[in-house]
Amino acid sequence: MLKVRIIPTLLYKNYGLVKGIGFDSWRRVGAALQSIMVYSLREVDELIFLDITATLEKRSPDFDTIDELADECFMPLTVGGGVQCLDDIYRLLMVGADKVAINSAALLSPGLVSEAAGRFGSQCIIVSIDFKREKNDTLQVYTHAGTKAADISPIEFARQVEGEGAGEILLTSIDRDGTMTGYDLDCIKQVTETVSIPVIASGGAGNAQDIFAAISHGKASAAAAASIFHFTEQTPMEIKQYLRKQGIPVRL
Amino acid sequence: MSTIAIVDYGMCNLDSVARAVEKFGGTPLVTDQKKEIENAAGIILPGVGSFADAMQELHRRSLSALLQNKAKEGIPFLGICLGMQLMASTGYEGGETAGLNIIPGKVIRFIADDSQTRIPHVGWNEVAQITASPIFTNLTDNTDFYFVHSYHFQCADEFVLARTPYCGNFISVIGSGSAFGVQFHPEKSLKNGAKIITNFLALC
Repeated sequence: MLKVRIIPTLLYKNYGLVKGIGFDSWRRVGAALQSIMVYSLREVDELIFLDITATLEKRSPDFDTIDELADECFMPLTVGGGVQCLDDIYRLLMVGADKVAINSAALLSPGLVSEAAGRFGSQCIIVSIDFKREKNDTLQVYTHAGTKAADISPIEFARQVEGEGAGEILLTSIDRDGTMTGYDLDCIKQVTETVSIPVIASGGAGNAQDIFAAISHGKASAAAAASIFHFTEQTPMEIKQYLRKQGIPVRL
Repeated sequence: MSTIAIVDYGMCNLDSVARAVEKFGGTPLVTDQKKEIENAAGIILPGVGSFADAMQELHRRSLSALLQNKAKEGIPFLGICLGMQLMASTGYEGGETAGLNIIPGKVIRFIADDSQTRIPHVGWNEVAQITASPIFTNLTDNTDFYFVHSYHFQCADEFVLARTPYCGNFISVIGSGSAFGVQFHPEKSLKNGAKIITNFLALC
């Protein structure tokens, strides 16, 4: 049976790893290379590495750094941040990314997702969707590391990128990010009911029960988390042991 | 140490495959040069991308006939992911395209068997061994490997070494003589993947 994946997310800014709350108030949480080596040793299911300032600083991904990090990564690695064109994707795949996450450019460069899926295959193209729940409770997509509102809902955007050939969706709640108060289950559920590609739940995990809810209620195929691993004693393995007790298929 | 040619046809990163080969005692040579592939003790065909584009790249480098011949001569050959799919007679990703025809079969898209089945098939899943093979030495049956793909191989039972329980129990490992294809990524499958690479190197 296909296993549910528990994926630590590494956010990269100014040459180190950070973690914030609501895409803000960043705290330094260590060095990228060390973290990747530890997660390799712990044999986690997969890793997501996002360069969160590349698009804001209008620069390309830092290919040299990613090359070094990928060399220490013996599990699947998704890389995102600053991906704007086919050449960025090609170069990331060449330096060792197994999958590439496209965020702002998936919305702002029409045709990029479909061209990328056609050239590299859907299976390595992830569209990363960041969203906020506005005051009137509508859901809205944000680009540029959560700084620019886009006039589309995450549900509609997910449907659109699936049609363009995206192979997976990384769905991040900006409101829940770093709060450790649980995922936005309602939005996750709406997206998983809309698309038939895998959805990775992200933003808000505080404990194993939150992750269980994203899988059982939200129907996510995988759960990404950061704060829980940076700021608590819980490990991906402990979370998976909990999930197995609840009857969720995991790789132990 | 035996030199293992890792065929570079411009479609993906070959570092992780090369590092895995090196770690387990082979000498990796990432190359698109006919002469170097000709002289290698074993050939690995990795790959990410679409079938039609990949075949075009192999033809452009005049490597298709060479790879076919080496595999038929009995030089140990390992296709990984798209590389396994390219071993087929025909692929249907990016239009109907002739493959390397190392193992007769076709490569078709998954069709979800129920509303809970998501395509692509992404993540860790079991490999159930059907036929004993040196590629499985020291490997526990029904153990997990990492997959990421939307297309799968179909062929006669005689070439099926293992299946994986997803979308109608698809064929995840194929073999004929010393030519093998694995749909998962051994280079990304931690300890289990290491055993597959080690077993392949032992044949070279």
